[in-house]
Amino acid sequence: MFGLSPDDWTAVELTIRISIVATLCALPFGIALGWLLARRNFWGKSVLDGLVHLPLVMPPVVTGYLLLISFGRRAPIGAFLYDHFGIVFSFRWTGAALACGIMGFPLMVRPIRLALETIDRKLEQAASTLGANRALVFLTITLPLALPGIIAGIVLCFARALGEFGATITFVSNIPGETQTISAAIYTLTQIPGSDAAAGRLVLISIALAFAALFASEWLSRRAAIRFHGD
Amino acid sequence: MLAVDAEKQLGAFVLSVKFRATRGATALFGASGSGKTSVINMIAGLLTPDRGAISLDETILFDAGKCINVPPHQRRIGYVFQEGRLFPHLSVRQNLDYGRRMSGVPRDGDEFARIASLLDIDRLLERRPGHLSGGERQRVAVGRALLMRPKLLLLDEPLASLDAGHKREILPYLVRLRDDAGIPIVYVSHSPAEVRRIATTVVRLDRGQVVATGGIELLKDAEADVFA
Repeated sequence: MFGLSPDDWTAVELTIRISIVATLCALPFGIALGWLLARRNFWGKSVLDGLVHLPLVMPPVVTGYLLLISFGRRAPIGAFLYDHFGIVFSFRWTGAALACGIMGFPLMVRPIRLALETIDRKLEQAASTLGANRALVFLTITLPLALPGIIAGIVLCFARALGEFGATITFVSNIPGETQTISAAIYTLTQIPGSDAAAGRLVLISIALAFAALFASEWLSRRAAIRFHGD
Repeated sequence: MLAVDAEKQLGAFVLSVKFRATRGATALFGASGSGKTSVINMIAGLLTPDRGAISLDETILFDAGKCINVPPHQRRIGYVFQEGRLFPHLSVRQNLDYGRRMSGVPRDGDEFARIASLLDIDRLLERRPGHLSGGERQRVAVGRALLMRPKLLLLDEPLASLDAGHKREILPYLVRLRDDAGIPIVYVSHSPAEVRRIATTVVRLDRGQVVATGGIELLKDAEADVFA
């Protein structure tokens, strides 16, 4: 289909899988951190804020390198995870998902934090007088009211993951069928003379994916708006 | 019976109130800034007093000496806020059901229908709060507080954000509530006309202190003060 080779399709499938897993795994942390930054004052808050934003401003290769020296098989965190849980990140697609999740994380936290900051705390007070404990207030009032921001965070993180290149290739290399995403495949094709057509097809696919993500976000936020304001 | 004897430093002045409220409607009456809302926030558990005690029937809600402070969600006190505070992402029906669900009160269709018709909101159930008028919103807020089967109902200037027409629309419902619901009501207001319609007991506040407690004859003095 579309003149794509099986290897190209593998890259497309892998990219989508990595992006979805990265986004879903980042989401609970994104909500927790967004809440922490929006609602709590604590010592070292600005340091934490800076750390969250670091992947946004650092060269992606640096992020990838830091992942390599901490999550590699013989690196401290990587060795611990392998010994105790059998989890391996280095040179696996799971490592690509980790890199994409971390690269997309600041983009996810920001809109969630902003959404939580704009919620009228008086509504949460009202819910507590109606018998809801803190967990129920969060689940039934805070989260639904922050939904537009959460959707925005999901879409931005997903889009960032789709296009991630530097951190991924540094951390888990460029292995067809395991860690070769669309971006890495396009890069490989540009190194091979006469592969312009194949590269072009993958470029079109990635543009289509980006548009699909945008449309999905538009549709979701419109649905959220309808839920809020009736019609 | 509600018994309040509490103190709280509030910016420039000290709020220090002592009063009891029994069946019927007790009005906390006083000028803006006299601390009325802070008093009912303390009763609801949204504001913690520095000293004193608050109890409802046999339950101690707050006692500084005994280190008791029941959190708001366990107090079973219905609170109707000045601005209604309906949940914008829920329909009127879901808003009405919220307190009942969160308080673990079993569903009671008859009760729901009775209160919805008492407040004349049964036609609005599928709407969102954003599509209600100010008066409708306040009536839903009253219904929401009632359906959690509260032991006490707090009303914080429920008519303040409404124009004269809407006030006339809601006042009769509140009077019916006082006579039919059998739940003690604490009503905060700075409007003598409202208090006269609703209150059976009046507690006058001035700069955080109770200056008088009695029947609605207290209002005459208040008006005399205003026009003096």
